[in-house]
Amino acid sequence: MPEHLLLRCRDIPDLRQLDVYLQHGGYAATRKALTTCKPEQLVEMVKASNLRGRGGAGFPTGMKWSFLPKQSEKPVYLAVNADESEPGTFKDREIIEDDPHQLLEGIIISSYAIRCHTAYIYIRGEFARGARVLEEAITQARAKGLLGRNILGTGFDLEVWVHRGAGAYICGEETGLIESLEGKRGYPRIKPPFPATHGLFGCPTIVNNVETLACVPHIVLRGADWFRSIGPEKSPGPKLFCVSGHVVRPGTYELPMGTPLREIIYTHAGGIPGGRKLKGVIPGGASMPVFTPEEIDVPMDMDSVQKAGSFLGSAGIMVMDDSVCMVWALMVLERFFHHESCGQCTPCREGTGWLHRVLVGLEEGQASPRDVDLLLHIAGNMLGTTICALSDAAAMPARAFVTKYRAEFEQHAALGRCPLRSDEPARAHG
Amino acid sequence: MPTVEIDRRRIEVEDGTTVIRAAERLGIEIPHYCWHPGLSIAGNCRMCLVEIEKMPKLQIACNTRVTDGMVVHTTSEKTRTAQRAVLEFLLINHPIDCPVCDQAGECKLQEYYMDYDRQRSRVPLPAKVRKQKAKPIGPLVILDQERCVLCSRCVRFLDEVTHTSELAFYQRGDHVDLDLAPGRTLDNPYSGNVVDICPVGALTNRDFRFRARVWYLERTESVCGACANGCNIEIYHREGTIFRFQPRENDAVNQYWMCDAGRMSYRDLQGEVRLTQPLVRGAEEFAPATWESALGAVAARLREGGAGIVVSAHAPNEEVYLLRRIGAAVGARVAGISWSPPGAFHDDFLVKADKNPNTQGLRLQGLAPDGGVDELLAAADLRTLVLHRADLATWRGAGAALERVPYLVVLDTDLRETAEYANVVLPIGTYAESDGTFTNHAGRVQLLRPAVKPPGEARPGWEALGALLAALGAEPRFDSAEAVFAGLAAECPPLAGMSYDTLGTLGQPAAG
Repeated sequence: MPEHLLLRCRDIPDLRQLDVYLQHGGYAATRKALTTCKPEQLVEMVKASNLRGRGGAGFPTGMKWSFLPKQSEKPVYLAVNADESEPGTFKDREIIEDDPHQLLEGIIISSYAIRCHTAYIYIRGEFARGARVLEEAITQARAKGLLGRNILGTGFDLEVWVHRGAGAYICGEETGLIESLEGKRGYPRIKPPFPATHGLFGCPTIVNNVETLACVPHIVLRGADWFRSIGPEKSPGPKLFCVSGHVVRPGTYELPMGTPLREIIYTHAGGIPGGRKLKGVIPGGASMPVFTPEEIDVPMDMDSVQKAGSFLGSAGIMVMDDSVCMVWALMVLERFFHHESCGQCTPCREGTGWLHRVLVGLEEGQASPRDVDLLLHIAGNMLGTTICALSDAAAMPARAFVTKYRAEFEQHAALGRCPLRSDEPARAHG
Repeated sequence: MPTVEIDRRRIEVEDGTTVIRAAERLGIEIPHYCWHPGLSIAGNCRMCLVEIEKMPKLQIACNTRVTDGMVVHTTSEKTRTAQRAVLEFLLINHPIDCPVCDQAGECKLQEYYMDYDRQRSRVPLPAKVRKQKAKPIGPLVILDQERCVLCSRCVRFLDEVTHTSELAFYQRGDHVDLDLAPGRTLDNPYSGNVVDICPVGALTNRDFRFRARVWYLERTESVCGACANGCNIEIYHREGTIFRFQPRENDAVNQYWMCDAGRMSYRDLQGEVRLTQPLVRGAEEFAPATWESALGAVAARLREGGAGIVVSAHAPNEEVYLLRRIGAAVGARVAGISWSPPGAFHDDFLVKADKNPNTQGLRLQGLAPDGGVDELLAAADLRTLVLHRADLATWRGAGAALERVPYLVVLDTDLRETAEYANVVLPIGTYAESDGTFTNHAGRVQLLRPAVKPPGEARPGWEALGALLAALGAEPRFDSAEAVFAGLAAECPPLAGMSYDTLGTLGQPAAG
């Protein structure tokens, strides 16, 4: 695998400009797909590549596409999930801002494969620059006949629209995204029905993540076998890992799927600065269970991380050294979920706030020893009981933190204060 | 057709039936807040989570369709744990102000807490999220945001049934508020329904609130008389006083709903001008009389001939029938009248322009809704006129004509303008005070049941007319409204085969 596929923008200046992109082989994949492949062949190719969704759930992309109804009088929509709102995740942003045509190629080829003629890029509102870059890229591509009517003379039509979100984590959930795109409050939908049959405006809809779609042109150019050969066969491909927290070189790293977590932290990101020790690492964005230093030899692919008790999620790797109070860290996470719960399902609406308040009590010395078990109890009642995964996303880290760092939680309760702070408030750690 | 097993009992149901519906068919109630049969499925309250074999997670019964061989457990430990958990979550920020909450006694939080939860709170009171209380949001409805369980029933009703969307959710997480959309008021003609479907004390009725604890009230199934639609209702009453109307499910008529005008029309039934005793005019003024003497005087007069009878479409079928019998006994002409205020509100949902509950009933007995009243009034040989629930002075400005009528008999519930011209006034009960039937605009015959007694010496209409018929010496004697209806059904082909038993609680369509 060459050093950069998805992040070629790091090697080629101004790759976001269409002429530069074309000079470096741009839209060859689109041409190949639209002129030599039938849509169903592309679906089969993506299926054969074992490409799995990069947004967090890791669902096989080709299989998702094949859930679309074979015969439908309604239009098919592609909704591109560019909401990138999982804390600790900043991979899609780089693709969007520095290599938008790679994404557009992925959108065009995928739309062709699923017989879609209108695609929406739902981009998080804070990505104002990304939205501008995408609009420019779309304008450039349109001018060159790469978007719009009769793309590359093949008779295939596609319009792509950029829709900016308004600041809600929940709109990264695919049905919350669809509701928001329809102009409604971002409430995840009950399933069934699934978006593949009843999605945007009640029509068959595929929601794919930015990085997922960016993989598609490479699969078309180099083949499914090539893609499958990178990393473990069941969850292969190039992968963007976002490393943040207490490392020497935080940032996004493009590495083969299955690269060990230890290697990512210590080799690529340069290890823990200041001679401190690793205390814990969240492997897949804020919602995924934390790993202790003993657990970081796990290969970073979907199946391996799941086997180790967490999830690859969005591959947002958050590294915490031994200066971090784990009660405080969990409190910060739960403050986020409390703030972002859409409020629709009872367990999540009430549970996220309850978790947060109990943690504030522990951290600020207003808790009882019973509160440690109470956290586990609340989390247990939140797991698997709601419409979408946000409740699980809040409950899983709570359970992992309390279970794996229980002594620290009990110490907080017993001392009536945070043991890691002298007289400063706990929040000063951050 | 799939067969499902729920709590070890099996039932075969139609394809597409949900678990909650299948359980209902078996008489098993799966607790729920957000699900309502008249609204779309929201699936947000999570109270109906049940254990289904071979499924890794609990499933919501409201949105899970039955498949053949499915095995559901609604009382297993897993299901019970989830129910307790949801109730605990619902209550952590609930104000628990039942003593001052008007919903107490018909609150699903109270009921399910007792049925499924019964654990002590683990949240200190000061930690609760506070929201706005006692906020009037419309003429009929008041909102307590703290009590709201955010089930979205009201929001969905206003989106899907009235299409007016006055209410919505604002903010996120446990700070979500139910509130009016900016600049809006909940004042659509069906606003009161949101109170009925609110499972808790978040939306209460400003008219009913604090007037009675519901557990003291009795309920009587009846039909609203405010227009020709005939929405099925329950009359809530206590010791002779009606406190409220609520809609009663009838898919063929009103589904689960009723309009605000109908809901508030209970007040018209217990006005301050109710007639409480027979009145006979002396030289100038009315004087109270006994029923016996008043009916005797009327019967004597009717026997003299030259009588006319006007019956309005407010009269139940039984009264129309008895008036026709009286007319036949004394050779009187009988005319019907169905009067509605000009320009009265109506729509294409429940509210009809015809504000009479029994216009179709008149028709089925051969009386046109405005057939010959003027001719009858103008007839030179008119000696005696009987007006039954017909306020012609108000409706037709017929005061001058009534002045000329030599002898006027008025049967009515209230002292209205027409009675000023009367020689005899006979006090009768409202439709909420009597057995009877109305036939709605679509020809559906529906049963009325007495919720309260007529005030003072007033009698149910059928009883007063039955007594008059008896005073005229006519046969047969009717000892109940049911017997009157039987007589009518035997003579009136569209009602053939009907009886109070066959009408039941949902009524029956008339033939033809």
